[in-house]
Amino acid sequence: MDAFTTITGPAAPLLRANIDTDMIIPAQRLIGAGRDGLGRFAFERFRFNADGTENPDFPLNQAPYRASPILLGGENFGCGSSREGAVWALRDLGLRCFIAPSFGDIFYANCFQNGMLPVRLAAADVQRIAEQTAASPSNAYTSVDLERQVVITPNGEEIPFSVDPRKRSALLEGLDEIALTMKRRDEILAWQARDRAARPWAWEGLTL
Amino acid sequence: MPQTLFDKLWAPHVVADLGDDWALLHVDRVLLHDMSGARALTEVGERGYSLARPDLVFATPDHAVSSAPGRSSATFAGGARPIERLRQRVRETGIRLFDLGQPGHGIVHVMAPELAIVLPGTTLVCGDSHTCTNGGVGALAFGIGASELTHVLATQTLMQRRPRTMRLTFTGTLPPGVTAKDMILAAIGQLGTAGGTGFAVEYAGEAVRALPLEARLTLCNLSIEMGAKMGFCAPDDVTFAYLKGRRFAPTGAAWDAAVAAWRTLRSDDGAVFDREVAIDAGTIAPQITWGTSPEQVAPVTANVPYPAGPADQAALDYIGLAAGQALIGTPVDWVFIGSCTNSRLSDLRDAAAVLRGRKVAPHVTAWVVPGSETVKREAEAEGLHAQFLEAGFEWREPGCALCVCVNGESVPAGKRSVSTSNRNFVGRQGTGARTHLASPAMAAAAALAGAIVDVRSY
Ligand code: SF4
Repeated sequence: MDAFTTITGPAAPLLRANIDTDMIIPAQRLIGAGRDGLGRFAFERFRFNADGTENPDFPLNQAPYRASPILLGGENFGCGSSREGAVWALRDLGLRCFIAPSFGDIFYANCFQNGMLPVRLAAADVQRIAEQTAASPSNAYTSVDLERQVVITPNGEEIPFSVDPRKRSALLEGLDEIALTMKRRDEILAWQARDRAARPWAWEGLTL
Repeated sequence: MPQTLFDKLWAPHVVADLGDDWALLHVDRVLLHDMSGARALTEVGERGYSLARPDLVFATPDHAVSSAPGRSSATFAGGARPIERLRQRVRETGIRLFDLGQPGHGIVHVMAPELAIVLPGTTLVCGDSHTCTNGGVGALAFGIGASELTHVLATQTLMQRRPRTMRLTFTGTLPPGVTAKDMILAAIGQLGTAGGTGFAVEYAGEAVRALPLEARLTLCNLSIEMGAKMGFCAPDDVTFAYLKGRRFAPTGAAWDAAVAAWRTLRSDDGAVFDREVAIDAGTIAPQITWGTSPEQVAPVTANVPYPAGPADQAALDYIGLAAGQALIGTPVDWVFIGSCTNSRLSDLRDAAAVLRGRKVAPHVTAWVVPGSETVKREAEAEGLHAQFLEAGFEWREPGCALCVCVNGESVPAGKRSVSTSNRNFVGRQGTGARTHLASPAMAAAAALAGAIVDVRSY
């Protein structure tokens, strides 16, 4: 996984509440799909008109935000399904960081698994970043510094954020969680042996 | 110190305390379905690992399968390859597969309790957000993403941060005609779709204790629609009676030991929760959603509310309702009884009881999609299918079907559907389809009337 340290770019505004994973990518697009190439389906219902042409009103179709690595969201961003395809699709669009007042739990966890940083900021702060960006989108850059845990707004204001220390170091170092857990294999096997004795009923009748 | 039920489910599964509220948790059971299953199994291999415990993994294809009578895995062409790949990976890894037409096949969250794959006090995960359904038997069950699923398959553990705890107590007695579906929709209406975010929710109180096991599964199913990844009910005699004798339930001395252990799985008196909410079940009326989020819900007797903001207005525009109009009487084109929320035998009985020899309104397309092969066979054995067919419903094959519409089936654009599923998101039942979530009895009544009605007076 790529390490995440600092990301800078124009912050694309998508401030409505309850952006769910069905809006980010419908489940139909994920039948048999892999992790790559899903960007073309990201927000497709909003990005494209019925005839396939681009909807110019959608922020991610507007010039300064097309290559934006940061997306500003509303309350409960990424609620709904567990589909990690939602994160893969947004990553494929070039996004690396989401800033919103709150996130759906599973989406939030899926971000870290893919080297993406979800940042929780107060709604007023998110709004302010959007306003400062809108004032001159082509050169109003927002930076998200994970090392120092601050968001630097286009006007240079620093807003601290907190992220779980464990997830922070995993992102900074690009750690592979499976490899980490594998180092504890003996502990896991010992737990299972103990549990089998303590809770035989949880293991009975499962022999293949 | 008094413990919550959550503590008693979580603590015994901690293989290693990772600090900062993080733990490496043992996962006792894993469910796979056709949308994420084959990929996850493939990815474990690609990353150079093998399955840690194939005996703890169970698979069934449910999403991208046609529900047409007489279907096979090829009926919906788009799903044929993922299912074929799942079968192949299952053969290579030796995990159990419950395939189409076999007893045990069904929607993952219907078949897991039905086969007693999930037991009280166990941890269970699946790459599916409605895994919380399984909390109804008193398990710690939750949905995870694909990467976490790969981690579980390779290690039989998962790194998790301890959630905060919430107790949602339903006091009093449910009025006649009101169901578990109405309880949870009313709660979501009150708390909002983010009200449970970050929490593990225990459903408690006399109205929950009075629910049959299948209704508790319905209650827990919509935990994620309240933002909570996990929701559960303390197991009791109702739970034990339900599980006893099922395929993977312990037997003999192990059963007795299990029940003794399960009886301790309740929140101790004086246990402290991060948040407590109480709702008087006696005040709940049959619920129906009026918008495009489960929190946009109201008693069926209410009028469509005036929009509180642009999101409400957008929802009304999509759903085609005007603020102030009565919900009752809104014409309905489709009815879907099914999904992991409400497709169990008791749900089908509830719906069939409303029919009483009457016919589905001529302009309504009405489907019943049993949640599993077993539900289907049991319903047929007691003649429920005949009652549905005589009334003018279609009696279909088990699967997710019109809940998520990834199987080539959908509600046509602009059509209004009353559905017993759990998500009324824009486009969920088809592009432009308008979904109203309700209980099976409410859905059956809507099919007969051809309009939204109050099941209590129908
Ligand atoms: S029935 Fe619906 S909610 Fe349940 S698992 Fe299937 S698609 Fe998901």
